[in-house]
Amino acid sequence: MRHFFTILSHEIRSLLFNPSTYVAAVLFLALMGFIFTGILDAYSKAPQETPPAAMFFQLFWIPVFFMVPLLTMKCLAEERRLGTLETLLTTPVSTAEVVLGKFGAAYLLYLAMWGSTFGFHAVLQHYAPDPRYLDSGPLLGGYLFIAVSGLLFVALGVFASAMTRSQSVAGIFSFTMLFALIIGGRYLSDVTSLNHDLLQPVKTTVDALQIFQHLEDFTHGVIDTRQVFFYVTGAVLALIFSILGVEAKLLQG
Amino acid sequence: MSALPELTIEAENLVKTYGSLVAVNDLSFTVKRGEIVGLLGPNGAGKSTTMRILTGYLPATSGSVKICGVPAASQPDAIKRHIGYMPENNPLPEDLRVSEYLWFRGRLKEVPRAKLRRRIDEVLELCDLKRSRHRVLGRLSKGNKQRVGIAEAILSEPSVIIMDEPTIGLDPHQILLVRDLIASLRGRMSVIISSHILPEIEATCDRVLIINAGRIVAQGSPAELRREIFGRTNYRVELAGDPAQLPALLAAVEPSLLPSSAGEADADGFAALTLTAESHLDLGEALLRALAGTGYRVRALSRHQPSLEDVFLAATRRSWDARLPDHRPPTGETRAPLPKL
Repeated sequence: MRHFFTILSHEIRSLLFNPSTYVAAVLFLALMGFIFTGILDAYSKAPQETPPAAMFFQLFWIPVFFMVPLLTMKCLAEERRLGTLETLLTTPVSTAEVVLGKFGAAYLLYLAMWGSTFGFHAVLQHYAPDPRYLDSGPLLGGYLFIAVSGLLFVALGVFASAMTRSQSVAGIFSFTMLFALIIGGRYLSDVTSLNHDLLQPVKTTVDALQIFQHLEDFTHGVIDTRQVFFYVTGAVLALIFSILGVEAKLLQG
Repeated sequence: MSALPELTIEAENLVKTYGSLVAVNDLSFTVKRGEIVGLLGPNGAGKSTTMRILTGYLPATSGSVKICGVPAASQPDAIKRHIGYMPENNPLPEDLRVSEYLWFRGRLKEVPRAKLRRRIDEVLELCDLKRSRHRVLGRLSKGNKQRVGIAEAILSEPSVIIMDEPTIGLDPHQILLVRDLIASLRGRMSVIISSHILPEIEATCDRVLIINAGRIVAQGSPAELRREIFGRTNYRVELAGDPAQLPALLAAVEPSLLPSSAGEADADGFAALTLTAESHLDLGEALLRALAGTGYRVRALSRHQPSLEDVFLAATRRSWDARLPDHRPPTGETRAPLPKL
């Protein structure tokens, strides 16, 4: 793992020097700010049941759907298309180090972008110093959910990028996987034919994979190790498949 | 670096297939320490595939590769420490500066931090890139990019350097520079370069491997190859005198020396003749002495050396002929057609 940090710092460096990172971050913050003001607007009109922080995180899927593919689609697909993957893998670097380094950089950027949304809550607190607005419990739970689920989402994006040499295919593929995971699970739980006794295990599994339910639990302070385990193992699996994918493409030549 | 074995590259019975296409077919060769070897072959002959196998990037279908005595199949990481590789077309990340790129590559190649800064200065100096060190790679000219690739390959002072077409797309001045650079590595590092450009290989390489259709069809120094492929030498003489006595005279110099064609005598009585000998020795002096001693007037004598190009064409043609009976690739084959002789 001695090259992991070399690759990680190289990746972070090139992200920081790349204007598209800043464009993406500004767009992300603009969208999230828009959502946040919308929520505040709703609160000013009528009393709501959930705290604003919990409401804010319920819309996490909007940035996930476009930010994660954008952040990750380039990482391996572009290297393969340019041929720089070949120069990279002819140094004493293992495929695992390359994939993990790229994943690490994308994940850190994802965290940094989400972290910057904390500014919204800070600004609100500064101008409207009311402890009810800055509800530390849901806020902490929400950011924890973002950090844990981000592992899996970003890993899926890296996996998509490892599968192809075209950035756009990687982007669409990772969007499809995220959509199936986040929205698809919700639809599956509504399918009535799953209520049959025989399909009980399938039903239980589908019910356990409700991402929105996970978020709800996290923001209410319930941190279920089963859910954390799901995201962490999912991320590990996706990364293992990415490593195997890169190596399998080498065998084919 | 610890003591290196005498043979830095040992390839034995290498085979690489892509589906039904055999890219490399039973290739065996060795490269000695400090030797510069040229890999020559038509498009699709398997040069790039061979190089990729040597670097450990591609696994061979069968056969074995040892770099500095270390088997590539079982210890790919260990052999990568001995190799500097520049792939075909030399892909570079677009948005880095030259010095940043070299720093990143140096760290990946495990050059110690303290040494790396000095080493980068050295390779920039060697490759005449000092002025471009802060320029962005994506905006460099083709020649400069190529030199960055070479600088990168020699950065960690590896014992084996593998370069796939290092001079492609360079202007004559830059080709000279690269040639000198490669020549300066002679004796310290083993270098394998591939090229289509025959004079290039002839000028820099100690030994040439001619590959066609995944097989070695000829190998040796350029001079040895000429001898092996042609086995005879041509002389062109312009002389005045009686042509009837010539065969006997020539036989006295060398039994196999025969006039193969003769031109008409011009106004001064001189005729141009082509003589062929089944010997690779230079008979020029003996020929001159014999001709002058018997009253012939000689105006010009030259020994015609087959160029590496002739050798290459003959060797690839020969292997093509050997394959002809039933191994002719079907139409739609990915290989480029072989040059006509």
